[in-house]
Amino acid sequence: MSFPWAKEYQPQHPLMRYMDEKLPLPRLVYNAVGAGYPVPRNLSYFWNFGVLAGFFLVFQIVTGVVLAMHYAANSTVAFSSIEHIMRDVNWGWLLRYAHANGASFFFIVVYIHIFRGFYYSSYKAPREMIWLLGVVIFLLMMATAFMGYVLPWGQMSYWGAKVITSLFGAIPLAGEAIEVWLLGGYAPDNASLNRFFSLHFLLPFVILGVVILHIWALHIPGSSNPTGVEVKDESDTVPFHPYYTAKDGFGLGVALVLFFILVFFLPNYLGHPDNYIEANPLSTPAHIVPEWYFWPFYAILRAFTQDIFFIPAKLMGVMAMFSAILMWFFLPWLDRSPVRSGHYRPLFRKFFWFGLIPTMALLFYCGGAPAEEPYVMLSQIATAYYFLHFLVVLPIVSMVEKPEPLPNSITEAVLGSDKTMVKGEAADPAV
Amino acid sequence: MRQLISIRVVAVAIGLFFALSVLWALVRGIGPGFSNLAEYGQFTEPNVEQAFHKHPNHYDFSFDGPVGNWDVGQLQRGLKVYDEVCSACHSLKFVAFRDLAELGLTPGQIKAFAAKHQVPGVDKNTGEATTVPGLPTDYFPSPYPNEIAARAANNNAVPPDLSLMTKARHDGTNYVVSLLTGYQKQPAELLKRFPEAKTPPGLHYNPYFANLNIAMPPPLHTDGQVTFDDGAPSDIKSMAEDVAAFLTWTAEPKLVKRRQTGWPVVIFLIFATGLAYMSKQQVWAAVKPKKAA
Ligand code: HEC
Ligand code: HEM
Repeated sequence: MSFPWAKEYQPQHPLMRYMDEKLPLPRLVYNAVGAGYPVPRNLSYFWNFGVLAGFFLVFQIVTGVVLAMHYAANSTVAFSSIEHIMRDVNWGWLLRYAHANGASFFFIVVYIHIFRGFYYSSYKAPREMIWLLGVVIFLLMMATAFMGYVLPWGQMSYWGAKVITSLFGAIPLAGEAIEVWLLGGYAPDNASLNRFFSLHFLLPFVILGVVILHIWALHIPGSSNPTGVEVKDESDTVPFHPYYTAKDGFGLGVALVLFFILVFFLPNYLGHPDNYIEANPLSTPAHIVPEWYFWPFYAILRAFTQDIFFIPAKLMGVMAMFSAILMWFFLPWLDRSPVRSGHYRPLFRKFFWFGLIPTMALLFYCGGAPAEEPYVMLSQIATAYYFLHFLVVLPIVSMVEKPEPLPNSITEAVLGSDKTMVKGEAADPAV
Repeated sequence: MRQLISIRVVAVAIGLFFALSVLWALVRGIGPGFSNLAEYGQFTEPNVEQAFHKHPNHYDFSFDGPVGNWDVGQLQRGLKVYDEVCSACHSLKFVAFRDLAELGLTPGQIKAFAAKHQVPGVDKNTGEATTVPGLPTDYFPSPYPNEIAARAANNNAVPPDLSLMTKARHDGTNYVVSLLTGYQKQPAELLKRFPEAKTPPGLHYNPYFANLNIAMPPPLHTDGQVTFDDGAPSDIKSMAEDVAAFLTWTAEPKLVKRRQTGWPVVIFLIFATGLAYMSKQQVWAAVKPKKAA
């Protein structure tokens, strides 16, 4: 479905007409990312990040598949097979650094994408399904990244795997059995490495599938926009191509410049030195830290240092960590404000900038820091606010807040109230 | 509608539950009953390591910065220090003799260098395990047949493989220089504040080492311990810098090639992004509101 004024695909060349009859793939592309998909004309650069995430997903799959041609998933040789890639495989160092930093960039991009969603409440009707699929993607990404980090079989790989799987051990009664089942043994070993490799290869394709659903669901209502006012008529939109292909192209260029600066000049900046030490089950690193993109949730996990009634501290931490993400599933029903965009929500905006953002920054910081004071205290304060923000502040604010007046339409928001541009003009590119 | 209200009531209850639980933990503090954190790393009371451990000093190297390059002469000197001193205890298992071509050694020199080293092999006549002279395709061997032998010879510590050492420590290159030149007597103040932290016999006090007492005896102890063919100074600090440079190369032999590839890639991308920006501006010109109109 799309807006009634969406242009229809008209194949010119006989071959394309033939294709359109037999397998209308060009039509699909035209309607998805071509001139046949009308998009709000006022999207800011924050709307670039979905396409960027798609780019990095494909990038990870391509670099990953080639890496897998040289990597050996066996605990006796995994570490040296990585060094083989770094030293002996032609351009292997580039491939590996690109894949490792590509994962980081994927997360940077997706975090911005998610926080765009928080600020503009993109999760609200009619886009709940897009959001729900997005949270599923995020969970799958975390699982994939976690298992990928185990593959080099360095010290952090090993101990990270041990700590994370031991979390399942906190589940009452069945916990220990689940932990052993996940690892294929009592501690990470060859069996664990093999299954992690298998799943790490599989999951990105599952993510790809969910991304297709995500975009399918998106194309039904179409994108929201910085005003949060829905599209009303043709002057509110421009065709995706050439307008947003051009804008996304520029955005991709900027992202790639930053990305390759990291890859070529600071490839180990986001990594941990301990992972250049081969896994050693007999020597525990002084501080076990996961990759940076897990830090906020790791901080939440470690913030619970006291038993609550009959619930052991560890189980509390595990429950809180999983809830911290799972509760995002309920956002569309917790935030009842009829206004989407944070621009027009004075109270919400304050809690966003002075509550949620500093809290996330603090959680990031504490999750990467050692488990000692003052970091534990700080993460406890941040964790408390994190839960209050989504589960208490958001529902209440959305009930009591008086939103600011909205523009009548997207066109009015862009051009001001005197409409100098007539309807339909926007649909024709200047080129 | 009623259902939606109850979703929010449940949410508020759950939110309060987690928030109050964690604040309760905050108020109680991490007492002796603390159990959770130990799982994620050692939880340490203020101790001697925190008080006396030092971060590496900074030293200048030719390969620093985005345009730095190897100083091949220095790498060769570093190889010599490794070969004459460190190789008595440390292996370099990811580096093959053939790799030395990158340090400017000729095929003949590499062959001769390899042949000077004994690598594990098989006796051609009896089939028994033995050692044979190395070939260019062999890797730098370990001085010990196995870990037990390594421990036995080093006060129960295993000298780690050095191939990746400069990447396996924070600020690795500077760390190696600081460690090698950082041996000293235990400060009197330390003994006063932490009498029980006196360096045990067989270990050596070194504030750059994570737990302050290292099993490695000072390997570079005398100026001029290694004689350099190019007449470069061989005081302890110079030898330490040379071997640290060499170990930077062993850890990341593609370091310079990586940056040299990076420059054209990044410059090209900046240029392409500029073009993309211009075409984006042109495409959007027609629908952008005219400023000050
Ligand atoms: C007499 C044997 C011996 C010699 C010679 C020797 N080392 Fe060591 N080295 C050791 C031992 C043993 C350890 C492990 C120390 C420990 O864990 O307490 C070690 C550890 C190290 C470490 C790791 C410290 C850490 O952070 O874990 C570095 C780096 C190092 N040596 C560099 C060198 C260099 C460079 C040379 C040559 C200049 C050298 N070593 C010569 C025995 C030796
Ligand atoms: C592999 C990861 C992902 C890809 C490839 C992807 C792709 C996209 C694309 C192409 C768009 C349209 C462009 C845009 O609005 O930026 C989009 C929109 C959206 N995405 Fe994602 N996404 C991913 C992950 C997520 C996650 C993790 C979430 C939330 C948890 C999410 C939530 C949304 C929402 C709510 C929209 C609609 C935004 C609006 O119209 O205002 N996405 N996504």
